[in-house]
Amino acid sequence: MPTKTFLEAIRDTLSDEMARDERVFILGEDVGKTGGVFRAPEGLQEKFGAARVIDTPLAELAIIGVAIGAAAVGLHPIAEIQFADFIFPAFDQIVSEAAKMRYRTNGAWTCPMVIRTPYGGGIHGGLYHSQSIEAYFCHAPGLKVVAPSTPADAKGLLAAAVRDPDPVLFLEHKKLYRSIKGDVPDGDFVLPIGRAEVNRVGSDVTALAYGAMLHETLAAAEELALENIEIEVVDLRTLQPLDRETILASVRKTGKVCVIHEDTKTMGLGAELAALITEEAFLDLDAPIRRVTGPDLPGIPFNEVGEHTFLPNAQKIADALRKLAAY
Amino acid sequence: MSEPDPIALYRVMFLARMLDERIWQLNRQGRAHFAVPAAGHEGVAGYAFALDPARDYLVPHYRDLPALLHFGVTPRDVFCNLFAKANDPNSAGRQMFAHWSDATHHLLSLSSPQPNHVPHAVGIALASKIRGDNAVTWTGFGDGSSSKGDIHESMNFAAIHKLPVIFCCENNGYAISVPQDMQMAVQNVADRAAGYGMPGAVAQGRDPLEVFEVARQAIDRARRGDGPSFIEIKVYRFMPHTSNDDDKRYRSREELDAERANDPVALFRERIVKEKTWDASRDDALKQELQAQIYDALAFAEASPAPTAAEAFTNVYAMGGDK
Repeated sequence: MPTKTFLEAIRDTLSDEMARDERVFILGEDVGKTGGVFRAPEGLQEKFGAARVIDTPLAELAIIGVAIGAAAVGLHPIAEIQFADFIFPAFDQIVSEAAKMRYRTNGAWTCPMVIRTPYGGGIHGGLYHSQSIEAYFCHAPGLKVVAPSTPADAKGLLAAAVRDPDPVLFLEHKKLYRSIKGDVPDGDFVLPIGRAEVNRVGSDVTALAYGAMLHETLAAAEELALENIEIEVVDLRTLQPLDRETILASVRKTGKVCVIHEDTKTMGLGAELAALITEEAFLDLDAPIRRVTGPDLPGIPFNEVGEHTFLPNAQKIADALRKLAAY
Repeated sequence: MSEPDPIALYRVMFLARMLDERIWQLNRQGRAHFAVPAAGHEGVAGYAFALDPARDYLVPHYRDLPALLHFGVTPRDVFCNLFAKANDPNSAGRQMFAHWSDATHHLLSLSSPQPNHVPHAVGIALASKIRGDNAVTWTGFGDGSSSKGDIHESMNFAAIHKLPVIFCCENNGYAISVPQDMQMAVQNVADRAAGYGMPGAVAQGRDPLEVFEVARQAIDRARRGDGPSFIEIKVYRFMPHTSNDDDKRYRSREELDAERANDPVALFRERIVKEKTWDASRDDALKQELQAQIYDALAFAEASPAPTAAEAFTNVYAMGGDK
């Protein structure tokens, strides 16, 4: 099995899917000649031609709106939004149109498309190149939201997203692009959307995480293992729809839960997870559910102190998990 | 594309007007929650005769019932939509009236926020270019919509790629209550087309043959691969914006009465009588025939079942993915 970076896994999967299915095409800002600002679709325009890897104007509404129309008549667009922070002009198209097309036509028209976008902080991106956007979009039934944290999952879930009959928002944590490497299965490898994975088995506390925070949480779990605290780390992988079975099974085993996300706290994914667990597994809980998240600030500051202060890290996560274990 | 059959054109305009009046009555009787009148816009039906319903796509304006009747929409479809019945082909009773959609007629679904559907037409046209299927996509919207960025982004994208799509602004002079001079500083929305590198043309909506001719030229151009066009059709809406609007608050009855002199249905009838294509003695028979169609459609729709509570939960995701 070859070892690839998160970015290479995405690039290779884009290429594989375009080679597999001629209905697949890419559109977005700077995706063609320059190969994307993070180089995810690098080389694909040379390989597949300018008709299938389209450099668009700086117009996010049109990128998504055009993809919706093309998807409706049978193509499978992969739209790239250059930074998740720039997706909001297309919010209406994603939430009012893509997410509702199947429902509002009772299945007569559908929207099989992928929206790829880099999100997340920790790369000195300031307020507008660092945001986590998942909470806004997980509130839109009809849309699926996927956020892989390993190169293998990036491949399997991106392939699944491209082949999915419904619109999928595919969130790529930009800090992982070049910092995370891993084995990636060769050949056709597709993972089901909607399935979490127990990444590390433990018995004392369940830690629910995804994206870059999955790696910080694993580091925290390593540290706590030295103190004989065994953390079970569940990588959510798909944020909408949530894998209730895997999440609840882990909670029933450990009785203690910590949700970790980089996104801000209030009304974030942690709130939904806490509510879900309380509704479904209240009698299995031995401690209040804790959240380790970004603080409720309008953005991640550009200065290093501010950025560090904002972001959860292995240390902050370990502190929370330690307290939970001792509860 | 040959000249449209004037009698076929007259029939859809006349049927649209009769449906419009019936729908308004049903709303006033409390039998339909929501009505969107098309009266005054009937001349736009001319564009439908310039399209090929077998291969072309339509992402229309919500006030386009007259054109849709030529594209394959039937009175039964209209009343099942009006009453939000399970067999409503637009949305199985999920959407409000006049949010047109019918996959079997290449008619892409509309939402309520305007003009969210216009970039979708550009996407269909992009798919046509990629696949080389030689289809043309027509999209319509009101003068109110012309103020929004969606139109700008869509026209710019379509022009860059010379896509086979026609942008049609049906300018009735009011964005609900806001008159044209409070919406834009230009006389013709079509003047903007030049700024996108595409031709812009104005047609008088009271004359469906003028609409047909302007549409035909734009459609021919698109089918040749020469790219998009912008068409502005000047119309006047005779009724309130919807059944929830009171147009007396923003326009005078004198203005409305003066505009009624330009009723597109009456003017076209006069014209075909004068040209001896139509005989006035046939009016009653036509009216009775269409009235019978309407009664049949109404009875069919009223007898059709409403969606069940369980059906509200279907088609959120593809089969097997529903919650």
